[in-house]
Amino acid sequence: MARMTMIEAVRSAMDVSMERDDNVVVFGEDVGYFGGVFRCTQGLQAKYGKTRCFDAPISESGIVGTAIGMAAYGLKPCVEIQFADYMYPAYDQITQEAARIRYRSNGDFTCPIVLRMPTGGGIFGGQTHSQSPEALFTHVCGLKVVVPSNPYDAKGLLIASIEDPDPVMFLEPKRLYNGPFDGHHDRPVIPWSKHDLGEVPEGHYTIPIGKAEVRRQGSAVTVVAYGTMVHVALAAAEETGIDAEVIDLRSLLPLDLDTIVKSVEKTGRCVVVHEATLTSGFGGEVAALVQEHCFYHLEAPVVRVAGWDTPYPHAQEWDYFPGPARLGRALVEVMEA
Amino acid sequence: MSDLDRLSLHVPEPAVRPGGQPDFSNVKIAKAGSVPRPEVDVASEEIRDLAYSIIRVLNRDGEAVGPWAGLLSDDELLAGLRHMMTLRTFDARMVMAQRQGKTSFYMQHLGEEAVSCAFRRALVKGDMNFPTYRQAGLLIADGYPMVEMMNQIFSNESDPLRGRQLPIMYSSKEHGFFTISGNLATQYVQAVGWAMASAIKRDTKIAAAWIGDGSTAESDFHSALVFASTYKAPVILNIVNNQWAISTFQGIARGGSGTFAARGLGFGIPALRVDGNDYLAVYAVAKWAAERARRNLGPTLIEYVTYRVGAHSTSDDPSAYRPKTESEAWPLGDPVLRLKKHLILRGAWSEERHAQAEAEILDEVIQAQKQAEGHGTLHAGGKPSVRDIFEGVYAEMPPHIRRQRQKAGY
Repeated sequence: MARMTMIEAVRSAMDVSMERDDNVVVFGEDVGYFGGVFRCTQGLQAKYGKTRCFDAPISESGIVGTAIGMAAYGLKPCVEIQFADYMYPAYDQITQEAARIRYRSNGDFTCPIVLRMPTGGGIFGGQTHSQSPEALFTHVCGLKVVVPSNPYDAKGLLIASIEDPDPVMFLEPKRLYNGPFDGHHDRPVIPWSKHDLGEVPEGHYTIPIGKAEVRRQGSAVTVVAYGTMVHVALAAAEETGIDAEVIDLRSLLPLDLDTIVKSVEKTGRCVVVHEATLTSGFGGEVAALVQEHCFYHLEAPVVRVAGWDTPYPHAQEWDYFPGPARLGRALVEVMEA
Repeated sequence: MSDLDRLSLHVPEPAVRPGGQPDFSNVKIAKAGSVPRPEVDVASEEIRDLAYSIIRVLNRDGEAVGPWAGLLSDDELLAGLRHMMTLRTFDARMVMAQRQGKTSFYMQHLGEEAVSCAFRRALVKGDMNFPTYRQAGLLIADGYPMVEMMNQIFSNESDPLRGRQLPIMYSSKEHGFFTISGNLATQYVQAVGWAMASAIKRDTKIAAAWIGDGSTAESDFHSALVFASTYKAPVILNIVNNQWAISTFQGIARGGSGTFAARGLGFGIPALRVDGNDYLAVYAVAKWAAERARRNLGPTLIEYVTYRVGAHSTSDDPSAYRPKTESEAWPLGDPVLRLKKHLILRGAWSEERHAQAEAEILDEVIQAQKQAEGHGTLHAGGKPSVRDIFEGVYAEMPPHIRRQRQKAGY
């Protein structure tokens, strides 16, 4: 075992995968010689050569389109979209191509690609470096959508994604790259080296896509979270003293409905939290599923806590970000309902 | 500033609209045999002229002339003629089948048969095409069974795509034919990626990208040219300029560029323009580009100048936007008749044999159709299962899709 940041864990996942399988290739903007703007691919070009890890032109539709062609040939591309906010030029390739090639060709061609993309705010990135577009992917049949919350999961899930036979959108919460950020932006950064889930095996292991993890056992209310919000939820539970059960979804599509249902049947209350905008967000899907499957166990309406329905502002970042105070108020509200 | 007029927007228009006299005097046609054939390792800037001319082999008398001639034997040309005639007959029967309600939709190749039929001959087993909806000649010329094509068109119980795809959106990895999407231009950059993969793996296979004149305006076209140029991908970038994108004339996508081929020059990609109705010229140019790709010299852009004689699809009526007789005025003629004339001149063919071949081909197509119809048509007979809706979205069916399949009763 080694101590790793989420950046090192993601890099280690690609390293292990490239070592094991010659068909794994890595490319994207600035990922070659330089090793990526967040340094996730640092050293991979030096180790595996220019044809396995290389820089791409600034053309997301080109990056994803060529990755799809490579996958049709038989490679397993793991490409980086520099920020999730930059994926829109590739959205046609993602939704109408990658997601449907297996289906429309009846398995004659397949599309085993991984699109890694840093997501979420908290770094003063403004409206074009802070977005959380996961619901734009979960609405697309044929994609898998993964959002890790810690280095251990990030590595195991990324290896599983690279080995998966279908396209995986791998969203890396950038505010978690260097530590388990709980929303208290005014406190000193806690590094992953001081966290249990910063302990990461150096070799190969996988975490199955589609399995959630309960991060905190509790009896009062179920908090459904993923990515950065897992740590915010843990902080909110401690700070309010409410005995919340915190579920880390890890995969949004496919979704581990059983874990959610089991928990809500026990607690009778549910809060869903995400950083993405509220309306038509993934929280709406979770709330609908909870009322469909747990209606007679519910003692209060399901509550959603999310980013406001506005673009992600720059200067007012911490008034936008759904931190432990906002989530804490929702927990109190749902307990009093 | 006072001496300047106010600005005005330029909106291009075709030379003629319905009711007018067809006029192609603006289409500059080079004399057959007049365009030089460069070495395959030529630099793109040394052959800029080729992006503005038209490479032609067959002249008006049916002779094969010039430096691009002499590549194909009698037998190969006879096979090519048969492929084009088969595609034309297949199309005619399927348009009729659509009118009879046996399928929802069809797209024919009338006038453009030489492009895909001759191109296929320049590829070898293992190469991969990323086609649009008007390159079925790639399948016919590679011996893909017509019955399979019809099973797909009729969405019947033997449809290899299980009823999931629009008619004619074929897929055959075995025959080097990537699954057709139906949205436009996406396949162009995918072809470049496939070619890059072949180079990454130090393979010998090459890719061919296909696009129409109208879709060259899509950003994926430009992405494809950037990636092909940057990585010198072993890919042939084909543009089929059939003059019309549904009702929109090619000038709307081409803009101020002299030709579509000229788009390649800014990317440093050798660009050729060829008579798309000349089987020999299409083959010669495709062969040249394939050799460049296989010798690791990188991509080639080819514009096939042709004319869409039929409607865009069975849902289209071209008389609403172009003169009805425009196709008769098209100066590059009919690809089937031109090759037929050439073969007769060579002494390898005759009117009698041609008529006999037409009858044989019609019989083959009808036999295939009977067989396919035995497996059902869109509204009658055997159908794909409702279960097929839910299968194959993922390699392994996730729980939420399984629940929905059960809800549907399967």
